[in-house]
Order: sequence, then C-alpha cells, then structure tokens
Amino acid sequence: MLSIDCPWCGSRDQSEFSYGGEAHIVRPKEPEKLSDEDWGDYLFNRKNTKGRFEEQWCHTAGCRRWFNAVRDSQSYKIEAVYKIGEQSPDGIPE
Amino acid sequence: MSSQRLPSGGRINRGRPLEFFFNGRRYEGFEGDTLASGLLANGIRLFGRSFKYHRPRGLFGSGSEEPNALVQLGEGASTIPNLKATQVELFDGLSARTVVGWPSLEIDLYAINNRIGRLLPAGFYYKTFMRPRFLWDWYEGRIRHAAGLGFAPTEPDSARYDKRNAHCDVLVVGAGPTGLMAALVAGRSGARVIVADEQAEMGGDLLSSTQHVSGACPWMFLDNLVKELSLMDNVMLLPRSTVSGYYDYNFLVINQRRTDHQAGIGDIVSRERNWRVRARQVVLATGAIERGLVFADNDRPGIMLSSAVRTYINRYAVRPGRTGAVFTNNDSAYQTAVEMHGAGMEVKGVIDVRQRPSQERLLQMDTLGIPVYSGHGVGGTRSGRQGLRAVELCRLSADGRDVLTQKGSLDCQVLAISGGWNPAIHLHCQSGGRPKYDDDQACFVPDKSVQSERSAGSALGIFQLGNCLSDGVDAGVHAVRETGYACAHIDIPYASDRTGSAIEPMWNVPDGVLPGRGGKKFVDYQNDTTAADIALAAREGYRSIEHVKRYTALGFGTDQGKTGNINGLAILAQHLGQSIPATGTTTFRPNYTPVTFGAIAGRELGTVFFDPVRKTPMHDWHVAHGAVFEDVGQWKRPWYYPKGGETMESAVRRECLATRKSIGLLDASTLGKIEVRGRDSAEFLNRIYTNAWSKLEINRCRYGLMLGEDGMVMDDGVSSRLGDNHYYMTTTTGGAAHVLGWLERWHQTEWPELEVFFTSVTDRWAVASIAGPNSRSLLDRLCSDIDLSAGAFPFMSLREGSVAGISARLFRISFSGELAFEINVSADDGVALWELLMEAGGEYGITPYGTETMHVLRAEKGYVIVGQDTDGSVTPADLGMDWIVSKTKDFIGKRSLARSDMLRDSRKQLVGLVTEQPETVLPEGTQLVNEPSTDYPVPMTGHVTSSYYSSTLGHSIALALIKGGHTRMGASVYAPTLDGQCIKAIISSPVFYDPENKLHKT
Amino acid sequence: MKNKYSIFSLVRNAVSYHQNWSQAWRSPDPKPAYDAIIVGGGGHGLATAYYLAKEHSITRVAVLEKGWIGGGNTGRNTTIVRSNYLWDEAAHLYEKSLKLWEGLSQELNYNVMFSQRGVMNLGHTLQDMRDIVRRSSANQLNGIDSEVLTPAQIKNIEPTINISQQARYPILGASFQPRGGVARHDAVAWGFARGADRYGVDVIQNCEVTGIRQQNGSVTGVDTTRGFIAAPKVGVVAAGHSSLLADYAGLRMPIESHPLQALVSEPLKPVLNTVIMSNAVHGYISQSDKGELVVGAGIDSYIGYGQRGSYSVIEGNIAAIVELFPNFSRVKMLRQWGGIVDVCPDACPIISLTPVKGLYFNCGWGTGGFKATPGSGWVFAYTIARNTPHGLNAAFDLNRFYTGALIDEHGAAGVAH
Repeated sequence: MLSIDCPWCGSRDQSEFSYGGEAHIVRPKEPEKLSDEDWGDYLFNRKNTKGRFEEQWCHTAGCRRWFNAVRDSQSYKIEAVYKIGEQSPDGIPE
Repeated sequence: MSSQRLPSGGRINRGRPLEFFFNGRRYEGFEGDTLASGLLANGIRLFGRSFKYHRPRGLFGSGSEEPNALVQLGEGASTIPNLKATQVELFDGLSARTVVGWPSLEIDLYAINNRIGRLLPAGFYYKTFMRPRFLWDWYEGRIRHAAGLGFAPTEPDSARYDKRNAHCDVLVVGAGPTGLMAALVAGRSGARVIVADEQAEMGGDLLSSTQHVSGACPWMFLDNLVKELSLMDNVMLLPRSTVSGYYDYNFLVINQRRTDHQAGIGDIVSRERNWRVRARQVVLATGAIERGLVFADNDRPGIMLSSAVRTYINRYAVRPGRTGAVFTNNDSAYQTAVEMHGAGMEVKGVIDVRQRPSQERLLQMDTLGIPVYSGHGVGGTRSGRQGLRAVELCRLSADGRDVLTQKGSLDCQVLAISGGWNPAIHLHCQSGGRPKYDDDQACFVPDKSVQSERSAGSALGIFQLGNCLSDGVDAGVHAVRETGYACAHIDIPYASDRTGSAIEPMWNVPDGVLPGRGGKKFVDYQNDTTAADIALAAREGYRSIEHVKRYTALGFGTDQGKTGNINGLAILAQHLGQSIPATGTTTFRPNYTPVTFGAIAGRELGTVFFDPVRKTPMHDWHVAHGAVFEDVGQWKRPWYYPKGGETMESAVRRECLATRKSIGLLDASTLGKIEVRGRDSAEFLNRIYTNAWSKLEINRCRYGLMLGEDGMVMDDGVSSRLGDNHYYMTTTTGGAAHVLGWLERWHQTEWPELEVFFTSVTDRWAVASIAGPNSRSLLDRLCSDIDLSAGAFPFMSLREGSVAGISARLFRISFSGELAFEINVSADDGVALWELLMEAGGEYGITPYGTETMHVLRAEKGYVIVGQDTDGSVTPADLGMDWIVSKTKDFIGKRSLARSDMLRDSRKQLVGLVTEQPETVLPEGTQLVNEPSTDYPVPMTGHVTSSYYSSTLGHSIALALIKGGHTRMGASVYAPTLDGQCIKAIISSPVFYDPENKLHKT
Repeated sequence: MKNKYSIFSLVRNAVSYHQNWSQAWRSPDPKPAYDAIIVGGGGHGLATAYYLAKEHSITRVAVLEKGWIGGGNTGRNTTIVRSNYLWDEAAHLYEKSLKLWEGLSQELNYNVMFSQRGVMNLGHTLQDMRDIVRRSSANQLNGIDSEVLTPAQIKNIEPTINISQQARYPILGASFQPRGGVARHDAVAWGFARGADRYGVDVIQNCEVTGIRQQNGSVTGVDTTRGFIAAPKVGVVAAGHSSLLADYAGLRMPIESHPLQALVSEPLKPVLNTVIMSNAVHGYISQSDKGELVVGAGIDSYIGYGQRGSYSVIEGNIAAIVELFPNFSRVKMLRQWGGIVDVCPDACPIISLTPVKGLYFNCGWGTGGFKATPGSGWVFAYTIARNTPHGLNAAFDLNRFYTGALIDEHGAAGVAH
C-alpha cells in the first residue's frame, strides 16, 4: 500500500489516487505529419522502466490534480513528486 | 482416561470450570485453557490424522505453529474450519471435531495410505493417473475427496466484521518480554503505541516461564508491566490480534479476533476487526519458533516440541504424560526436563546429539537424577494405542552422520524435542528485508531493515531472557528517537541466564538403515513431507528450494511450515552438497497466520456497502409506481413500469406507443453533466470532440462524439453553449466519471495553457424528459415565460424559464425522434416537477417509461448507445457518422483514423436489420453469418448489438455491426441463435422511423 | 523410454525404495553455441523448446532461465484454462491451446492434472448478458463449447453461490465452457522441461540474459551471467521482463508491467465444482485438487516489478468473493502472492518476428497467459523454426499497433485470470 505525497495536499493513502502511467509523453503537435509507425509509437509504446520511473498520478479523491512522481518500480519507493510543468529531479524537462 | 491436570499452578481459573465437546464426547476444562490444553488435561493424545498417510497425530506445538491438531469448530452457518486446537480458547459448551479422518478419527479407512506409503512418494500423482485418459476425471474426484481439511460452511455467515484505520508512532508486534519492554519505553516517552499479540494474554514466553526477572517471579513481573501499559492513554494493547501482513510504506494489517472465545456473544459486536495501520516505526518482537528434529517415526502422538511441553506444564498446569524424555541438539530443552521433573513426570533421560553438552547442564540433570545420553540420537519410536510408548536410542558417530550402535530403548509417553530455534522473521521478510543465515545459532535471522522496522529479542536471534529484555529496551529507545520523542528513563530488568554450549545442527537424525527405508522421518507433519521425499526431489532434479517445496508440498500447510521449513531446506542443502544460505528460503508472504475472508472484506458487502448505489431524486416515486430497475454503472434506473401484472414485453409496447402517440416521460437525471467554463472552453471542446464548437451560438445545442486517442468512439452526448465562455456538457450515464477525468487529464497534463474549468453537476439537476407529439401542448400549460413555438424555440436549443413555477432549464433535444423537451430543475425540485408533469399530463395519457423503452425508441431512430452498439473497436466512420468528424481541425484520436486498418473495406459497420418474420426478435449479441453452416468454424460477418420489437412499426428491428455493412443494403444475413434457430434478416438502414427527421423538429 | 512414468514404474521403483528415478531434467552447463536460444524458462518458453525439438527437429536448443523454471507467472497464476475468447484470432489460438491441454498429460507423460471442471463467466448487468451472448455465439460458431446459463442453472452447478436478485449486482446469467478448467501449474513447467530435456534441449537455470547481441541487423547470441552464448535464433518469452529484454535489442514495446495478485484459502473439503469468474464484481475463484480456494482479481493499477501489489486490491477481491459466496466469509485466507504481468493495449499477446533478424518475441499475455501455455509454445516454435508466423499467430504481430488492427479482447480478458 503506497503512501503518496501529493504536491498539493501532502501525504495520503494510495486509495485516494489513480495512476496515469509514464510521464512526459508529449502529444505530437502535428499528428497528421507523423508516420503510422511514429503515431503508433506515441500511442502504445512505453518505456516500462524497471527501476526509477517518471510517472503520472492524480489525486482523484482529493484535489483532483495530476502530478508526476519518480518511483522505483521495483521497490515501489517514491523518490520525488513534482507538479506538472516542473523539472523532474531526474532531469527530463517537461 | 485419567486427569493429567496438575494439582496447582497454571494461568487457568480453577474457579470457572467449563464443559466442552470433542468428536461428540463431553470433557471438562477451565477458563484459561485452550482446546488443546483442555483435551490434554483429560488425557487425550490423539488429536487428528495426517493429510496424506492418515497417521495418528497428537499435539506438536502450543500455538500458531501447530501442524497437527486441526479442528472444525461449531456447526451450521457458524462453523469454522481448520482451527488449530492450540489457539482455540475454551468456552462453555464449545464443540469441536477433528478435520482429518474418514469416517472417524479412530477408524480412518484412508489409513491404508500409510500401508501403501511406498507407492506414494513425493509427486507420485505427476507420474500416474494418466491412462486410460477418460479415467482421470474419476481419479481426480477421489483425490479431491481425500484432500482438503475442514468443511466450508454452506450457509451465509451472519457475523459482522469491521475495519479500522489507525496511525501510530510505534507498532510493537508481539507482547513477549522483548515487545513489552519496547512498548514500555515508547509508552513512557509519550509516543502513540499499539501493541498487538496473537495470544489471548499478553506475555509471550513469560506466560510459560518459571525464570525470575529482576528477582521477581515472571508472572508478577509480567502483571506489573501489563498493568502499567494498560493505564497509559497513549498505549493500546490488542490481545488476540495477529499482525498478518507487513506491506509497503509501513502499512500493516492486524487481525483482531473479538468474539470467538466467548460463548453466546452472538452478533452484537463484530466478530473480527482488521486494523489497517500506518506505523512510523515498527518493533518486530515476534519471538522465535522452536523447530523439531527429523528422525524415524517422529510423528507419534506424545512427541512434542520441548517448548510446548513447558507451556502445557507451566501455563496450563497439564502434565502431557506420566513418563517423558527429551531429545535435543541444544541447551534450551534441558529446562523442559527440569519442568517435567517438577510436574511429577518420570524423566527417562535427555538424549543430546552433541558429544559434549555443557557441564552446567550435566550437573543440573545429575542433581535431578535424569540421565543424559550425549552423542546419542533417537533412531526410531514405538507406539501404543494412545501414541508414543518408547524411543530407540542410538549412539551416533562423532560427525553425527551415522549410527554406531543401537542402544536399546527408553519407555516414555512424551518425547520433548528441540532442533533449535527459528526467529520469526516472517514480518521482517514481508517488509522487504532479507533473511541472513547465522551459522553459530543455526538459524536465519533478519538482515538489514528496508522499511522503518527493527527486529528485537528472539526475533533477532537473541535467545536469553535477560538479553531479550535489554534488547526490547534498545528497540523501544530506537523507535522513540526515530519518531522524535524524548526518551524516558527506564531501568533494564535483569534475568540470570545460564551459560551453555552451542547448538549443533542435526538436520536429519541417522537411523542406521539404507536410504529410503526404515521409519518415515517427517519434516512437514501436516503435509506428510518426509526427509526421503526431499531426497527424492533433489535426486530427480528439483533442486531449487521452490521446486522442492512445490514438488513435496513442504510448508504448504495451514501452519506454513513454521516448524519444518528450515529442517527441510537444510536437508535439501545436504543432498545438493551446498550450504544452507546458498539454498535459501522460500519467500515469506502474508499472511503470517490465516485470516478470515470476512475480516478482510469488512463491511464492504451487500446492497449498501459493496458499491454505493446512486439514485435519482425521483427514485422513490419510481419505486412507489412499481418500476423494475436496471443497474447502469452505480445507478439504479427504471427499466420499465409494469402495470397490473404486465410482462416486460407488454409494458414496453405500451410505453413506446404512448410516447409515439402522445407523451412519454423519462427520468434522464443520470446522464453525466459537466459545466465547462473559461476563456478557452470552445478551443478545448474543439480538441476533445470530433466536431467543431467555436461557432455554436449561445443557447444552442450540438451532438458531440468523443474518441480515445486510438480513434475509437469513447463517449457521446449533447452539449450546449450557455455563454461566450460557458458550455454545458452531457455524457453517457456510465461514462460520466471517466469523461470528467478525461477532460481534466488532457487539460492539466497536455494543455495547461488553456483557461478552462470543469465542474461535475450531475447530481445538481433532476431531469425529466417529455417526448411525443403532445409534449409541447403539455408544456404550454405549465410554462408561461418561454415561447415554446418551433420558431421561437427551435430544435437543438435551450431556454431558461419556469415550469409550473419551478425554475427550469429546458432543452429541445430528442433521443426518441419525437418532439421532446428535457426539463432540468434543481435536484430538490425533481419529485415535484415529476408529479406535476404526471398530473398535468393525465389527460394526454402521459406515460412514464424506462430505459428499455428509451432503447427501443432510439433504436427506431438508429441512434447508437455507446457501450452497447460500440465496444471500443468502432470508429465514427464505422457508425456512419463521418458527418460529425471535422476534416479541418485536429482532435483527440483523429490521427488514428488515418491508419491503414481504419480504411479497410471489411470493417464492421453499423447497419439496421429487419427479420424475415416480423415478429421474430433477434437475440442481442447473436453473431451473424452470411451462409448458415454447421461446418465449424463458421465465418462470422458481424453481430447484433441492439434488438427489439417495434410496436410502432409492427415488426422487429435491430442494429448490427456487419463487415462492410454500409455497402450491403438489402443483403441477407443469418443469425444462428444459441437455442438452435437460424433467423434470416435483411440488412437495412439503421434509421427505421422518420428517416426525414421531421418529427423531432416540429 | 527411460523412466517412463506409469503406475508400473511407480511400483517398480517402490521396490527399490525410489532410489533409481532418473532426473526429470538435467542441469547442464551452457554450451558456447546453440541453434536456438529461448530466453525464459516459464511454461511458454519450455513449451516452445519442446515443440521446436519435437515438431521441427531443432534440438540444439537452450532454455535460459534467470531463476528456477516455472518461477515466474507459471508458478504464480490461478491456473484457469479456457478458450472462450470473443474474436476469431484469439479464439482459434486459445482453442488450439485447449486442444493441446486435453492430451497434454499423455503427450508429456507427466500428469499436469488438467481438470475440465468448466469455467463460468458471470453476468451482472444487461450489457454483461449481451456480451455473454455475443461471446457464446461466437464461440459456438468457432466450434468452441459454450453455453449460456440462467441463475437457476448456475445455482444447480454451484449450490452455494448467491443468486439473490437483491444482491448489489445480482447474477443475471453466465456463459459456461464445460471444457475449461484448471491445471497444476508447476507440473506444466516440469512436464515440458522433462519433455524438452528428453529431446536434448538444455534447460539452464540461474542463467540471466544481460544483453542481446546483433550484427548487421541479425541476432548473434545473448550475453548472460554465465557468459556469451551464440545462436542465430533467439526467442524471448520472459513475461514480466519483456520490455527490459526488448530494450537490450533496442526495441520499444507496447507493454506495461503490472503486479497481479492472487491468494489461496486454507484447504477445504470439496465445495466448488467449477471455476467462477466475474468481471463486474472483480473476482474469480476455483478450488484446487488440494482443496484450497484459489482466488484472483484484476491487476494493480501501477507499473510494478516487485511481485507484490497493494493490500486494497486483496480486500476488494475478497469482498467480491464473499459477495458471490456469502458462505465463504468464515473461510480463511492462507497466503497471497503477486506476479508481474505484461499488459498489451488490446489484452492480446504479441507473438511476432521483430525488426532484428532471428529475434522473436512472445509476450504481452497480460493476465491470461497460463491457459495458452502449450498453444503459445506450439506457434512460437513454428514462428522461430520457419521464420514466419503460423496462421494462428499471424494476427498477433507487432505491426498491429501501427496499422490499428488490434484484437480487442478486453471483454473476455478484462478481469485477470
């Protein structure tokens, strides 16, 4: 049972949150210019990292804000949380 | 059967005798007894039979580690299977029976398995029962009959269960000497403390001990300690409470048993409570569990863990037999010899596999006149009618691997055995910590902590009482400091522990016979796993401990191998010629001991709590008027309103015709409603919907389709413009929550630069939809402040005003194809509006209709229901809805529509179907074929998504998704139904009624 | 055949006190090179090796397993076998598998204890029932046994189930596949390992693949914790680590790895006659030969490689089961565990060639891979041997995520199994 530190509300039980998967997937600005392969890559392919992983969570039963977390997908330890638009501590810009 | 109760002592209440029943016979015990101690006091030694060989078994342990003495408690709906007799507290009238033994415990026909045991080695079932193939079902039935332990109740449970969430600074697991000291430090320091212990009484090993603490007898020390703790407001003591699981982020579950130990308390309080605890610090003072010794025929009733013998004597004042002996490889069991002697048992000797036991111990035994057989082992045992009668002595070689000579036998009824101690590292390992092998003590101890926990005392491999007390204090101090409290002073109590000599591991006691022969040497009693089974597994190539566990069932029992697992893996290590740490343990997983399903589910059951029920403001009216309901998401929606014994079919025909001819009334309150506001609302909707929204005029409505990014239809609804920067979106009933989340997510994560706000207002409005040619006339009577004429209030627009004096927002939208008005009022006014409409509509024969009629009416118009006519693999083009897909702007999912598979001619497309026989209604869901055939597989061309009898049209209609359907108008398809018919139907336009769309615009 | 298993060999070996059984499979050291390497010693990988040897005479094969064979999802699932899938492509693949199951114990001379006790998928809403008819109808036309049951018929098969129409989500009906059932999961891995070993396949445990080497667009072998092993063909079938292995080859996969939890009760005398699954209340349950109730639910929402999930999922799961079977309220949960399932967007697997020549992937089975074990191995062996997919797995290629030709089985696979 994770305990997640919502950057807006503080530490809350996992049951208040919903998961959004990999963070920092930017929707292509001009989708029509993408090949089927590139569009499919955006749509479906995921890093699915084992280890430190930037991902999205939403405090659904709280402030309803989406935010990002760096979580170790093996230990489940959340190393950091940061708001949408903020820099990831792992250095990947929003 | 003579009473084995000692004349004095024990923590039983002799002033409170209790009667109880075991296998139908009546016995007496005392308050404070367990079923095990109560039966033992009555001279009962046979408690059950083993799972596979059905060998007679007695008590082995005294607590949750017990593998043998499994009982079924009570009868009927309140029966409980598979309880350990050692954990069942006695109450007046208790009735229990053994779980294994067929037809009875004494006469067990399956005991034949013991005779043919050689045909049943580990994994024998993988090697046989294969031919002839058709007999497998029969074999399996026999296997199932033989397997299983107790009986599940067959009636619903009337007990209640609840849960509590708790936070604490320090959770102390285990209230033995270590845990209590930790709790005392934390409690005195002001920390919020929870102490959970699985037993009825706090105290752990102190309850079975005679060793003095700080000069006082252990029970006086204990009573003072518990008293002080129980008076602290910041300390909560939870007896009968097992920490069953340790999860991430210091989340632990405590299962508290509240009523089973009391007769007749009934269902007044919850039977069990699961505490869901987030602890800042956890002290794991879970103690250690003694392990047995693996020797030939080591399973006779009367062969018990040495610690259990001590417990029965000291805590329960029960003498487990008249004569006894001790078999050990370590010092701790010598104390048992002392206690047996003190209880008046004739102690025939201490058999110690070690060549050189400690001098101090030898002297002690000498004083009591108990012979010590050092360098000896037990090579076999003999039993009489009531279990153990004698043990056979062998002189062992110096390395302990061979038998040098047989040395005759010792007659004894009880053999107290000790193969050493296993720290209960279960929770440490569940928390993510690893086990580390301690060679000196021949046991696994906790390695580094991963979460905020610290093991302490014997759970850490500290086995001397004095050291446990001081380690408990250390653990308490650590927890207090970590949680930021100032540590209170505490005097560390002392206990004088004897020094001694080290344990010498003896994993497999030699018996001097060839491998595979001789008496069975049980490692796991409950599953009848023997040393030979483990050897066989290793020989056959099952070398991983996990393979051995799974092949031999080692540790699979309800005791989860608490006494046998380490012996088993050590024996495997010997066979593989590798070390114990290299062999490793199996994974420790929750639960520590089994937990009742009901307690895990808690109150989240039944019509109220399993999942919330959502009701519209008019719900009670629907109930009062006989509506039959349909579950749509969490909502209860009226499905149809049968009148006077009507079938659903006739009710729906009546509702449909009434609506088409005059007026029908639908409760549409469940539709999702979302306010969309902000400067960029239009731009946002442009991106979310397939069509454009910027040019929608204020007070006009538009149908919108939402796609997933994969291009598939996700939701639909009519949305309206209320102001320049203000839209009002409606969604499907079931999709409302998802759509709101969808909007928020795109906005927050992808387009935060857009100024737009979303508010769910689903519950704020009650919606009554009137449809039918007379709906304007009706509304005219109730509404004076809106010009309802077609010119002034055109189709797909909205007005604000009042209906029968109730402030309302009116939408001229139609899901039925009729002239229709959706009247939105405050939820509070819903019933009033509804009743006024019913009253005023009386002369028009206004007819309330449910979702079924709604479905028929919309299907007659060819309107789809997302989720029924679509399934996540349908594009707008598949639905023939290209007209709503913008060619000029981007929107979610647009690019996906250009992928090659979306352009395939053979995609399944929405069409109508008309059956050849007008009365025949195609079953919804039925697959369609172009040519009927019984030559399977038969190629399918599509399936029926919606199907009804249209009383308006006088024939059945259906919607279907058919491959290339848009170009197959007039073609025949066949529906082979599940009941064996084959229905012919003709592909048509999906719009059956008013194809010119005139009526709803009138 | 040496040490053929039968009642006679059991008696014969009993005479010699079981000292003469030979190893079910050897534990050889890896050779420097093989004709084909299978990465992953679960049921699917071992089956692939078995069928490579048996059907395609490719016997210089190594199965590389980082831990112990069958230690991943093979040994962690709830052992449900069925083939009542909606779409033709999936139905044909799973039905091929079910047919193989039906003769598997005899084929392998290893009793995998396949118990065809039937699988019931409950419907609780009108839409559930439409979907049930749709799927049953498709199954029948595909030649797969399937029927639709009324609540009374359900009760007849499962006397303790709660069919009260007052329940929160009352049972309205069910689809039923009588040929479905459960099997002994470990035995499947062991049986295939023994079968493959007999053909000369090297089953190598404790050998983790740490890299996939390629040259000029073709695979040349794998780096492992026990050194480099060369092979012109490498088949990866390592559920739970598909993305990681794809990454070694520079490939991106449409896969997310989630925890999937399961649990068992204490052993009980026979009380369940079939397998009961419910998407609407999120749970499924069967009873093993040993007597335990075997219970599972859906995946945990987040990506997780920890082989454990969140307790709340267990709570919801048990609540669903007690809702269906109020009599199980007093039964106790013995043990819970978790696996890592690789989930594809369309709840269907990938059994495919890759852009790297000689490298094949079999992954993305989500929550339902166990039932496919023999069929998956059979088609994957074909794909590797012929360097082209078999008709049964042609649709399950990686390309579908670019063309959009997904096989959306969420309806059939939406709840874990």
